[in-house]
Amino acid sequence: MTTTHQDPSTSASVSGQARPETISVKNLRFYYGDTLALKTISLPLYTNEVTAFIGPSGCGKSTLLRVLNRMYDLYPGQRAEGEVIFEGRNILNKNEDLNLLRSRIGMVFQKPTPFPMTIYDNIAFGIRLYENLSKAELDERIESALMKAALWNEVKDKLNANGLSLSGGQQQRLCIARSVAIGPEVILFDEPCSALDPISTAKIEELIDELKSDYTIAIVTHNMQQAARVSEYTAFMYLGELVEFGQTAQMFTSPQDQRTQDYITGRFG
Amino acid sequence: MSTFTPPRFYNSRKRTNFMAMAACYGATLFGLTWLVLILMTLVVNGLPGISLALFTEMTPPPNAQGGGLANAIVGSLMLTVMGVGIGAPIGLLAGTYMAEYGRHSQLTSVIRFINDILLSAPSIIIGLFVYGAVVVPMGKFSGYAGALALAVIVIPVVVRTTEDMLLLVPNPLREAASALGLPRSLVIRRVAYRAARAGLMTGLLLAIARVSGETAPLLFTVLNNQFWNVDMATSVANLPVTINNFINNPDPNWKQLAWAGALLITFTVLSLNIIARVVGSARNEK
Ligand SMILES: Nc1ncnc2c1ncn2[C@@H]1O[C@H](COP(=O)(O)OP(=O)(O)O)[C@@H](O)[C@H]1O
Ligand SMILES: [Mg+2]
Repeated sequence: MTTTHQDPSTSASVSGQARPETISVKNLRFYYGDTLALKTISLPLYTNEVTAFIGPSGCGKSTLLRVLNRMYDLYPGQRAEGEVIFEGRNILNKNEDLNLLRSRIGMVFQKPTPFPMTIYDNIAFGIRLYENLSKAELDERIESALMKAALWNEVKDKLNANGLSLSGGQQQRLCIARSVAIGPEVILFDEPCSALDPISTAKIEELIDELKSDYTIAIVTHNMQQAARVSEYTAFMYLGELVEFGQTAQMFTSPQDQRTQDYITGRFG
Repeated sequence: MSTFTPPRFYNSRKRTNFMAMAACYGATLFGLTWLVLILMTLVVNGLPGISLALFTEMTPPPNAQGGGLANAIVGSLMLTVMGVGIGAPIGLLAGTYMAEYGRHSQLTSVIRFINDILLSAPSIIIGLFVYGAVVVPMGKFSGYAGALALAVIVIPVVVRTTEDMLLLVPNPLREAASALGLPRSLVIRRVAYRAARAGLMTGLLLAIARVSGETAPLLFTVLNNQFWNVDMATSVANLPVTINNFINNPDPNWKQLAWAGALLITFTVLSLNIIARVVGSARNEK
């Protein structure tokens, strides 16, 4: 690194007192086989705030997100070094219970991924795994999850329709409802709007804004305006490095690093 | 206004294209002709033998009148159900291992290679294998040995379709299920199987179609039985071997029954294949 790197801790103190961190990433290095994809990254995810990850394609945004819920563990040859502190422990530890971890840190993907089952079952599925609820309690939970995902009014009369019969935007909100239903602490969004039309995108953005009162949110986005609209904090990544991390408003008006400035003004990307 | 003149090679390309198309149609026609001739011969010779008695009466002794194939039909059903019952779960589990757990492992490539050999092995070899492995030690032909031989034929078909169909399930779907905290086994059973359901059903139907007409493996394992018998520990009657015996006999009554039995099997297999196609193509809808 040759240019200024805005230290995460300084940017936190800029805003005054130390903020609570739901996740603290410390000296994280990530390898695909022998290839180093993340080069010693440290940053916080502040509690009940939205943190946006921006940067050119291939810079490691998805990789970083997939470390936070250990999604990379599904594939051989991928490994992480360093620390990711969540609920007081390093979740990169070998003995971390991954299923439990993933129920605490939900994820929404770029392409909507409804399961090939009814809308109701799409949501009930995850809940039943962790809780033994009566039919009435389950119904209530499903309704509240769909409400939170701003989908209830559109699907309340067809809960038994196949999840795949919904539109792309609705499918994505169904996936959000599904995550929300199992009561996570954190929700990770990996380019949740890049397969959606502008109206659906606006709905999801609005939704993310509402969700942050209950959850800590990380969102990867290619859309600079989106980052500016939905996030309080922004991390700019480039070639596997965290170039700059800070408050979104500040980063977009006075970036500290030349590369950040070039990227947000559209000089490369 | 200039008129567009196609490049010089355009006409020769058109000619080549025409000849290739003609060759394709010709080949299709050639293949279809035989299929139609076979089906026609079957219908012409078999249809007169189709009657209620075919399904209700036992195979007759030589040079008698009437009779049916009831014992052979029931025997064939039992053999097929048992063969598929043994083979399909093994094939499903092996295919699941290959597509889900061992996708990157060396063992999977080895299994796939051997499976492909088994898939194209002549069924008479499988009959001989079961003859040596089961019939000889047990000292008698039996329905169980026949079912086992059919199972060995079913396994590679189901392994292949299971692996192929599971590999078609997009990975993001598995990741999405894992992201909810689902253990691997549930991701597979509740999400991947469900997404691949139509394909898996197709594989099963094709396997049933494949074994329901097999003769060679039964010849060495169950043999045949002229009488009503549902004891799988002994020889049971079955359609393929019955047809094989009856058609080679000068007795016209037996010949007629053999044609009727052949028609029955052919249309069962044809229907299974058509159903498999319909089920398979329904995959993308809904
Ligand atoms: N499964 C993988 N195996 C090997 N390299 C990968 C894999 N996935 C991503 N990479 C590499 O890691 C880097 C970061 O990728 P990614 O995190 O997907 O970037 P982004 O999401 O920022 O576009 C890229 O150089 C990419 O080629
Ligand atoms: Mg990405």
